[in-house]
Amino acid sequence: MSEAFISVKNLSKGFTTSKGVVQAVRDVSFDIPRGSITGLVGESGSGKTTLGRAMLRLIEPSAGSISFDGIDLLDLDERQMRKMRKRMQIIFQDPYSSLNPRMRVLEILSEALIAHDIGANSTERKAICISLLEEVGLAAEHINRFPHEFSGGQRQRIGIARALAVEPDFLVADESVSALDVSVQAQILNLLRDLCTKRNLTMLFIAHDLSVVEYLCDQIIVLYLGRPVEIGSAEQVYQRSAHPYTQALLSAAPIPDPSKKRSRVVLKGDIPSPYNPPSGCAFRSRCQYAIADCGTELPVAVEVANRHFSFCKRTEIII
Amino acid sequence: MSEREVILAISGLQTEFKSRGGSVRAVRDLNFNIAAGQTLALVGESGSGKSVTSLAIMGLLPQAGYIAAGSVLYKNRRGEQLDLVNQSAAQMRQIRGAEIAMIFQEPMTSLNPLFSIGDQIGEMLLLHTDLDATARAAKVIEMLELVEIPAAASRYHDYPHELSGGMRQRVMIAMAMILKPALLIADEPTTALDVTIQAQILDLMRRLQKELNMAILFITHDMGVVAEMADEVAVMYAGEIVEQAPVQQLFMRPSHPYTQGLLKSIPGAGGITRSEDGRLQAIPGSIPMLNAMPKGCSFGPRCAGFVSGCQDSVELAVTEPLHWVRCSEIGVNAHV
Ligand SMILES: Nc1ncnc2c1ncn2[C@@H]1O[C@H](COP(=O)(O)OP(=O)(O)OP(=O)(O)O)[C@@H](O)[C@H]1O
Ligand SMILES: Nc1ncnc2c1ncn2[C@@H]1O[C@H](COP(=O)(O)OP(=O)(O)OP(=O)(O)O)[C@@H](O)[C@H]1O
Ligand code: SF4
Ligand SMILES: [Mg+2]
Ligand SMILES: [Mg+2]
Repeated sequence: MSEAFISVKNLSKGFTTSKGVVQAVRDVSFDIPRGSITGLVGESGSGKTTLGRAMLRLIEPSAGSISFDGIDLLDLDERQMRKMRKRMQIIFQDPYSSLNPRMRVLEILSEALIAHDIGANSTERKAICISLLEEVGLAAEHINRFPHEFSGGQRQRIGIARALAVEPDFLVADESVSALDVSVQAQILNLLRDLCTKRNLTMLFIAHDLSVVEYLCDQIIVLYLGRPVEIGSAEQVYQRSAHPYTQALLSAAPIPDPSKKRSRVVLKGDIPSPYNPPSGCAFRSRCQYAIADCGTELPVAVEVANRHFSFCKRTEIII
Repeated sequence: MSEREVILAISGLQTEFKSRGGSVRAVRDLNFNIAAGQTLALVGESGSGKSVTSLAIMGLLPQAGYIAAGSVLYKNRRGEQLDLVNQSAAQMRQIRGAEIAMIFQEPMTSLNPLFSIGDQIGEMLLLHTDLDATARAAKVIEMLELVEIPAAASRYHDYPHELSGGMRQRVMIAMAMILKPALLIADEPTTALDVTIQAQILDLMRRLQKELNMAILFITHDMGVVAEMADEVAVMYAGEIVEQAPVQQLFMRPSHPYTQGLLKSIPGAGGITRSEDGRLQAIPGSIPMLNAMPKGCSFGPRCAGFVSGCQDSVELAVTEPLHWVRCSEIGVNAHV
């Protein structure tokens, strides 16, 4: 594997609320090689968005470090960080709340270009905007419309165009294709793939659609209650998943065939409260393999194959 | 299939938006029925008019939008037939929530950031029932538990921004279900959810559907969810239904070239679809602009089977019992 372009070490992020502290991301470490795509999957509320935003310092991590192309991001002051932002972009999960409703598409995209000194004048910027729209499967005529005049999926593509506008080196895509129908989704996934190859773009791709992640990603991280439970290549995680949670996740995906009923690993029990996660392995309250031991200490990473890790005490019985 | 009571009958529905260059037609000549206890899935290209259709039914079209023609007949709990198109705003407010509930595609647009989620769900009970505050709170918590919000009681006072995207969506579902509607319109209700929660929510919807004999209009682009939930499927493209069939038939014999392309674009599962260079098979091109519709078949410019005859107007034609397709090439064959 090539050298890490991004290296996350022991990253944690807690939110203090009136009811206590939510440890949204807990002690997460991983590397992303340049030009590759890492997928982040996991249950709703497992900390995917928080991790993605903390990596860009859109929210301040509580602990840990992020090295980006050899630079320690947490060492940068605000001004340096602002300059850095040109190189890292995020496509937000909720396109509606992230697009200014009073701005036309041209203004939304131009704003990003101006902020980062791209395009000499408005004519040039307009041309860039049009080619961006076409790149994401929208048309030049869409340029004068307001966000509310688009469908959900079309808005999502505007968010993608805006992120691509500044030609970033690193892109966090938060559920960026989940609002799209499969044929448009296929176009966007092909586009993202091409960008990674052509522009050597590095990407963190957050999704809950496992088939999409499998197709797109080189490496996959499965999160559960803020911690990774399995890390490996797409093939390792899909074909030979080692962690009980990943196995349940894979078996819960609906199959596009009405004549097939899949036998599901139905997860028993409630999702634990993030304010008060179970001791030891956080998954143990829903795990069919759990034994008393699982509650005593944190499971450490077990390397089940080359660079394929499962954070589970009972790995040898499960695989 | 036994004859079931049709509770929603849409015919000739046409929805337009006023825009700078005149009116554009987002939904054209739409016809479908949903019976009590049944689920109709509405699928189709992004921008094809699925959400506009649901908003038109609910009387919630944005300012610039209006229903230009057609009727939306709804049979209420008292057995009265109402045309939702010409109900007053006050009547529609009564119908929404108590009779018909909707789950929106983007939860943040319909949750008020200034109120706690518990209060927002409780509001439904306040408006439509006589329950007192204690009973309302208990019901809200029960509902939050039903949609698997962990530690529901302690989340009651949370504000929308304190929840993850998926939890917000489940709050929306709780709000929609709390009055036990006769018709549920769900616009991408599980798109923001991971698969394990999705599986639970789908189970929950099915359970409530059975219990309440609820009809569901289910908008989704996830063909896996369609396969699991739908009795019947309508495929939309550029504002009209291009194919409609019972779910098994649609998957076994997709007949419209757009439907065929759609099914081939699904990554993973079944007939995988990567071409030699590892790319996904996508339908080339994009959906036409509403103000620049092609002549005849709206899918024509992207269709591999396009012939000049496709520029004539195309009607839905039956290819087999209960299976309708809007394609002149197939229509022709079907008639011989
Ligand atoms: N600003 C905040 N204040 C308090 N708690 C928060 C805040 N943002 C997130 N959380 C909590 O942190 C946890 C992780 O949330 P996050 O949004 O990262 O989850 P996610 O994995 O992206 O979920 P989803 O798939 O639903 O988007 C959740 O329990 C959430 O309620
Ligand atoms: N307020 C509006 N003004 C003008 N056009 C609009 C407005 N709202 C929607 N449209 C247009 O109507 C068409 C149908 O939009 P709709 O939101 O119904 O699509 P959809 O099928 O739900 O797509 P998606 O899967 O992306 O949610 C689109 O072309 C859209 O641009
Ligand atoms: S450590 Fe124990 S509880 Fe956790 S996944 Fe492994 S077997 Fe299950
Ligand atoms: Mg998220
Ligand atoms: Mg929509």
